[in-house]
Amino acid sequence: MQRSKPSRDMLRWWLPQALFALVFMAFIAVMVGMVEHNLSVRGMALDFGFLGSTARFPLSETIVPYSPSATFARALLAGLGNTVVLALVVIVLSTLLGVPLALARRSGHPLAGGVACSFIDAVRNTPLVVQLLFWYGVLTVGLPPPGKSLQPIPGIFLNDRGLYLTSFGITGTALPLLLVAVGGLVAVAVLAWRGRLHQASLVTLATVIAAAVLWVSLGLGVAPDVPHLDRYNFIGGWSFTPEFAAVVVGSVLYASGFVAEIIRAGIAAVPCGQWDACRAMGLSDRQSLRLVIVPQALRVMVPPMTSQFASILKNSTLALLVGYPDLNSVANTTMNHTGHALECVVLVAFVYLILAAAISLGMGLLERRSARWAR
Amino acid sequence: MTHTRAFLALACAVVGGALLSACSDGPTAAASGPTLAEVRARGYVRCGAGKDTTGFSAPDGHGRWLGLDVDTCRAIAVAALGDRDKARFVPLTGQQRITALLTGEIDVLPRTTTWTLQRDAGGINFTIPNYYDYTAFMTGAASGAKTLRDLDGATVCVQTGSLTEIVFADVARRNHITLHPVIFDNVQSTRQAFLAGRCDALATDQSALVALRAMKPGQRFTIIPASDDIAPLTPAVRHGDDQWFDIVKYAIEAMIVAEHLGINRTNVEAMSSSRDPVIRRFLGVEPGNGRALGLRDDFAYQIVRQVGNYAEVYDDNLGARSGLNIPRGPNRLRRDGGLMLSIGFY
Repeated sequence: MQRSKPSRDMLRWWLPQALFALVFMAFIAVMVGMVEHNLSVRGMALDFGFLGSTARFPLSETIVPYSPSATFARALLAGLGNTVVLALVVIVLSTLLGVPLALARRSGHPLAGGVACSFIDAVRNTPLVVQLLFWYGVLTVGLPPPGKSLQPIPGIFLNDRGLYLTSFGITGTALPLLLVAVGGLVAVAVLAWRGRLHQASLVTLATVIAAAVLWVSLGLGVAPDVPHLDRYNFIGGWSFTPEFAAVVVGSVLYASGFVAEIIRAGIAAVPCGQWDACRAMGLSDRQSLRLVIVPQALRVMVPPMTSQFASILKNSTLALLVGYPDLNSVANTTMNHTGHALECVVLVAFVYLILAAAISLGMGLLERRSARWAR
Repeated sequence: MTHTRAFLALACAVVGGALLSACSDGPTAAASGPTLAEVRARGYVRCGAGKDTTGFSAPDGHGRWLGLDVDTCRAIAVAALGDRDKARFVPLTGQQRITALLTGEIDVLPRTTTWTLQRDAGGINFTIPNYYDYTAFMTGAASGAKTLRDLDGATVCVQTGSLTEIVFADVARRNHITLHPVIFDNVQSTRQAFLAGRCDALATDQSALVALRAMKPGQRFTIIPASDDIAPLTPAVRHGDDQWFDIVKYAIEAMIVAEHLGINRTNVEAMSSSRDPVIRRFLGVEPGNGRALGLRDDFAYQIVRQVGNYAEVYDDNLGARSGLNIPRGPNRLRRDGGLMLSIGFY
């Protein structure tokens, strides 16, 4: 009896696990079998070969270079590039906007608190689709045609085709400068992540000086590229389309409401006693926030923030409504022109899964990091 | 949202189909069996439809579906079930339509879909063109553009999920001009963006441009053909059911042949007593044709009586009686210099 007890415990622990695993695998096997059977009945088969064919359709704007004579794989890659950039921009901007909103709502100041509170309620409680269409309408109907562009500052043009900025190109061999800048940036990021803020600021200074020396010694110059009106549109310079602007503005405002509430919840979750303790130790309000409250609040904030960032990623599939081509829209177009619906759905689901997993992974790192700070 | 619907439909169809076939023990899944039997058991035909394609398929103020494609669907309903009202319409965007047909959400897709090689090879079969169209650009008359070259540098609103986007890209490549596309997933957004001034031109089927121009009598527009290629808009069915493929073909053909034979809604009754063997066979007075397709022998008679011949249907939806006044052009009978062929009901 004495001897058999641990093994019986083992059995008790393993048996349900093994049974569950078996049932689960059987379920998957049956599903896969049925899907295969149904596909063959419909004369459909998973075949990703079409990805190498010419895509033929245009995309309105892409970050990854793309033309209609490129392949479907390239088109999907261009869509992926747009989705990733859009999601990153929205994640960063909505977080930046969420922090002051949360602090304003916590502040107890009647005006700041009231404004923050009504803003959060307004953006959180109206559908994102409606907000996107609203902003797109504002940007296209509200702004003048290219011939009557607004010019708030010389070199900047705003019209219903987008926002056009003067760009500055560097003339001369800029490669060494680029290398120094990138190297310095990476070093600063690594040091800051490790918490060595003093060293980080020294490296920043060193990089700036090195860049300045290189600039003078290489004899580099700056050539502005001012946008100018052609027959129909402005050409030259940097530009943002109303489609991109509408989807960014709409998504950022929408997401910032949620982000603000997550941050507020995180700060509120730190017990009052912690503030009292800080004061007793003679820390200023800013010091207590930075050294004691935020590290503890971060632990509470990271899990809901992870889901929030994942939903920002998934909400980016609404971009097509206002004409911005994201991965999902490119996949839909591909389906339409090739009939390979299943392959596209599988591919898109898989890619979004990977992207969401990457977000979770990054946030997991931050969580472990904040756990260390909080100790 | 709209495109997630296609995802959902597909996922449901595959998983649902899987479950169904597992229960019924054998390849009797919805799409594999004869569609006709399924349609008869269900009691109505499900057709893919547009939403805002005035003249082809769009609901009117009372929620009644009207249009050339709608009447094509009604003709199929008459062939399969003997009643023009036994048709239901599933509104689909350009992106969703092929997936909806592939997954069995609809029985037939009469929705301004251009017959192309890639689509044809990708799991669907095109029956017979019910309209010949061409891609064109419409621009405000104020722009002064008269030819494609004048559009160099212009921003163009295009709808995705349509052949237009490929023709659009080809036009730019072939003529060495730069066109900036702004692409939307539905007709309404595309038009609105054009009318709001987001684009200098709108690219789509010429028939749709004419319809839009008719709706905006206060404004002046120029229509510029994209090329001299013609796009056969053709109702399509899924691979795997040849009988249904034939039925759809001859339901469409019945309207064209009726025009060729001079049979219309008003005289079809009287024509039944005609001595002409061709007319007698067509109307099923001399039996055999319907039976060969698995239909009632008077299916063509019923189509003409309940829906009309091609000329009547065209007139109702696109011609003089519709207010759109689109000239028949290539959609005349071959006899009159058009492309509409009458295939023998022998």
